[in-house]
Amino acid sequence: MLEKLGLYFSFPFVRYALIVGVLIALCSSLFGVTLVLKRFSFIGDGLSHVAFGAMAIAAVINLTNEMPLVLAVTVVCAVLLLRTGQNTKIKGDAAVAMISVGALAIGYLLMNLFAKSSNLSGDVCSTLFGSTSILTLTKTEVWLCGALSVVVAIFFLFFYHKIFSVTFDEDFARATGTKAQVYNLLIAVIIAVIIVLAMNLVGSLLISALVIFPALSAMRVFKSFRSVTVCSAIVSVVCALIGILLSILYGTPVGSTIVAVDITAFILFTLCGWLLRRRLA
Amino acid sequence: MSQIICDRVSLGYDGNLILRDLSFRLEAGEYCCIIGENGSGKSTLMRTLLGLKSPSSGTVTFGDGLKPSQIGYLPQQTAVQRDFPASVFEIVLSGCQGRQGLRPFYSKADKALALENIEKMGITPLVKRCYRELSGGQQQRVLLARALCATGKMLLLDEPVSGLDPKVTAEMYELIDTIHKRDGITIVMISHDIEAAVRYADHILHIGGDLFFGTTEEYLAKQAAIGAKPGGTESC
Repeated sequence: MLEKLGLYFSFPFVRYALIVGVLIALCSSLFGVTLVLKRFSFIGDGLSHVAFGAMAIAAVINLTNEMPLVLAVTVVCAVLLLRTGQNTKIKGDAAVAMISVGALAIGYLLMNLFAKSSNLSGDVCSTLFGSTSILTLTKTEVWLCGALSVVVAIFFLFFYHKIFSVTFDEDFARATGTKAQVYNLLIAVIIAVIIVLAMNLVGSLLISALVIFPALSAMRVFKSFRSVTVCSAIVSVVCALIGILLSILYGTPVGSTIVAVDITAFILFTLCGWLLRRRLA
Repeated sequence: MSQIICDRVSLGYDGNLILRDLSFRLEAGEYCCIIGENGSGKSTLMRTLLGLKSPSSGTVTFGDGLKPSQIGYLPQQTAVQRDFPASVFEIVLSGCQGRQGLRPFYSKADKALALENIEKMGITPLVKRCYRELSGGQQQRVLLARALCATGKMLLLDEPVSGLDPKVTAEMYELIDTIHKRDGITIVMISHDIEAAVRYADHILHIGGDLFFGTTEEYLAKQAAIGAKPGGTESC
């Protein structure tokens, strides 16, 4: 088994996949806690469908570099969705569902109408489930991903206390002089960036899992915001690592394997939490 | 100069005015209860005072060295907060956030202030506990300690006793009264409980129906004059 792994790791693309996978898992889990608590668990799913729609548009108008367009569209949608939790006419979950389903449908429609490749369902499948894109990363993409992850992590560290205040009680934060809207905007932009990044790893459909599973697992056991955040980051990274290794060893799809490991971790943490409560009671 | 001056303020949503031409002023160290029926605009008025919402017309001015961001606020609890994984200390400390500016971390002084306010609220043994595992009364004390971290001058409380049992309610009122008397903090409280309002507050603001602002004695005299017992016209 170790030999087999050693053999695979002699290929640079496998090493790239591992590095990028772990970095994206780390970034998505950091903001996962905030999203779950703000009742925006499904935003990952919604935004990734938006990114899918944008990719379809990019394909139709023959853009060679689709990244800027996808990123711009996703950021705008993220800002619109997260702008305010309370005073919008269409509430959080409904708005996310609307945008997500709408973008998916329009994207698929466009791809169908203006399809250039003969293997349409294959294209759609690989965008949604991210089948092989993680194994075709170039060195530049790895560096880009690494740099963005560092930026996200530093941002999170520096604004950790502000993110906490804004998540726990936005009204109080605003009333006592924290610029809550600015931070909400920043959080939305960063989440959009993470999702566009993560699409490369697990594909649109499985991004939600990367965002919410580690956070939910951590919340089963830990009780302060700091410990939940730290734990979810660790869980996410470990699960991504195990998932990628397993997928290499057994030739399974990367995204689905990572999510399967995340689900297992969630079950374990739920059990732990239950046992802890029983012991205390 | 007064701490808050409301000048002919009208409030409403989407062009529907729920409150017209409200004028009053509050001096430092006063204790004012806002009473009125459900939907009369009590919470909206409070949000306006906090600068979370702008009035449809009229102005709210702050004086006496009070900045809008120096007002402590005890909001009604939201569903999100009830199952939020955070320790008591983390929440109380977040009351200092408004003064942070761009500084990323809390200073020693902030932490000391948080501990001091936790002590004042009598919840020192709970400092490491998880917020969502506390009782309703304990949670209110935590939020009150957080509000105190944000202010040394004025507290706005939005129905601080809703959902608490009678014993805890009485303790809560006593606690607020202590903050008011000992620290000289101006209190503005929304309440359904006229009896407690009359007992603790020195000013009453009644909104919805007939507007009234004056001292508690004037309010009682007015109620007596129209032949109603205090609280007799109200129902929760």
